[in-house]
Amino acid sequence: MKRVWSWAALILGGLYFLLPLIGTIEFSLRMRRGEYSLDAYRSVLSDANFRATFSYSVVMALLTIVLGVLIVVPTAYWVRLRLPRLRPVIEFITLLPLVIPAIVVVFGYIRLYNTSSVLPLTGTASGTNLLLLCGYATLALPYMYRAVDTGLSTLDVRSLTEAAQSLGAGWTRIIGRLILPNVLGAVMSGAFLSFAIVIGEFTMAALLNRPAFGPYMQLLGANRAYEPAALAVIAFAVTWGCMGVMQLISRLFGTRIPAK
Amino acid sequence: MRQIGWNWLGILPFFAFALLFLVLPTMNIVIGAFQNPQGQFTFDNLAGLTSPRIVSSFAISIKVSLASALLGCLIGFAMAAAVVMGGVPGWIKAPLMTFSGVASNFAGVPLAFAFIATLGRVGLVTMLLRQWFGINIYALGFNLLSFWGLTLTYLFFQIPLMILIITPALEGLKREWREAAEVLGASTGQYWRMVALPILFPSLLGTFALLFANSFGAVATAYALTGSSLSIVPIMLFAQIRGDVLQDPHLGYAMAFGMIVVTGLANLAYVIMRTRAERWMR
Repeated sequence: MKRVWSWAALILGGLYFLLPLIGTIEFSLRMRRGEYSLDAYRSVLSDANFRATFSYSVVMALLTIVLGVLIVVPTAYWVRLRLPRLRPVIEFITLLPLVIPAIVVVFGYIRLYNTSSVLPLTGTASGTNLLLLCGYATLALPYMYRAVDTGLSTLDVRSLTEAAQSLGAGWTRIIGRLILPNVLGAVMSGAFLSFAIVIGEFTMAALLNRPAFGPYMQLLGANRAYEPAALAVIAFAVTWGCMGVMQLISRLFGTRIPAK
Repeated sequence: MRQIGWNWLGILPFFAFALLFLVLPTMNIVIGAFQNPQGQFTFDNLAGLTSPRIVSSFAISIKVSLASALLGCLIGFAMAAAVVMGGVPGWIKAPLMTFSGVASNFAGVPLAFAFIATLGRVGLVTMLLRQWFGINIYALGFNLLSFWGLTLTYLFFQIPLMILIITPALEGLKREWREAAEVLGASTGQYWRMVALPILFPSLLGTFALLFANSFGAVATAYALTGSSLSIVPIMLFAQIRGDVLQDPHLGYAMAFGMIVVTGLANLAYVIMRTRAERWMR
């Protein structure tokens, strides 16, 4: 009896998750009347705007990962080594992006960094790009920090540092050549999650008026019928790829993936 | 003294970043919510939130969030319980957890497209129901661009999040507790009602709060799905930032402040409940 209920729950739940995926794939193949074809994909992939916005978002995602690593790894390391009492404070700050909706943060950017402010970042394209990059880094902060901090907890940070120092290594060398390689698995899993979040991000990019993939998808969705389904399939494949690689890495390196 | 100064220097970049791109922008909005256009302190903006249009947007937002959090909790719990203690083969758990990890991050614009392709007017399920069973769900009053449509779509990331969080809690239920209850003559129903659910209650309530906040702040899915036809809070705020539709910038700040208050309270509930839940998990 119990087993019947269990199977019922799993099958119904499974249907709920499978149907939209099947529906999207089927819809994306329907562009040519009367037969299935890859026309929608062809149309999307040959669109210059698709290539431009997708590569823009890929570059932004990679830069976000670099910025995230530069901010998070030294901080998490330093807090563990020298300022353990500050850990709750840092942890609280890194969780703030989960509490404050992204739309409010970007609203703050627009108000704080407008053209009449001290730091008029929104005045130029490169300034706005930088602002968006920093916004993405804050979005990725909770995941990145938790991944790296979990990775660090498996190391004896103090002994490693003392050993390196007694061999004459400086701080940059310790962090870059010793700590980073040791938490690489954790960093990678944080990185792939950040990539999955940034690649399709809509709110920040749209409100800062940047030509990113998220706003492009939204625009296409408002104007076309079959291409959006093809885009959804592509986006799902990217998300799936990122998360799959992430799980693989965490299994290889033996670090745990932080749930939200 | 010099040692302390040097120690602080190490986390200066982090604090500078957090201050510039997280704390100050948020503070700016919060302060703006309590200022009039001349920069003086006022409660007028908060009072302005009671206008019918804004109240109804908060009401529908809270309703969607409550419904998707509640259903997400129930369905997610059922699926997690089925895997952990339902007697189904053990190999199902790993793929379910992997899939949950992916699906809980598959939100935003593509998710809206997926549901339009499935349950939209010419979507796969809509068509199949009509062809196979002669059921026209749109004639029966269903609309994807509505309260239930949005809730149904949000469940796609709510259920997996619930599964991810509640599975460890279910696995933390010790076998001894069940055995002790059975030795004392408890039925399965009594075990659940008097032992398992009270222990799980903080986890359930905490996850509910987290799911609530999760859907309350979601913008992209709703925007791509409904455009501006369903005025939930994030959509209205989006329109306000783009084009000052409320014709009062400070009312916009007050609205954003209201959002922070709601998600803040929900997250606070989550943190409190999680600390209580961890008491039993040692």
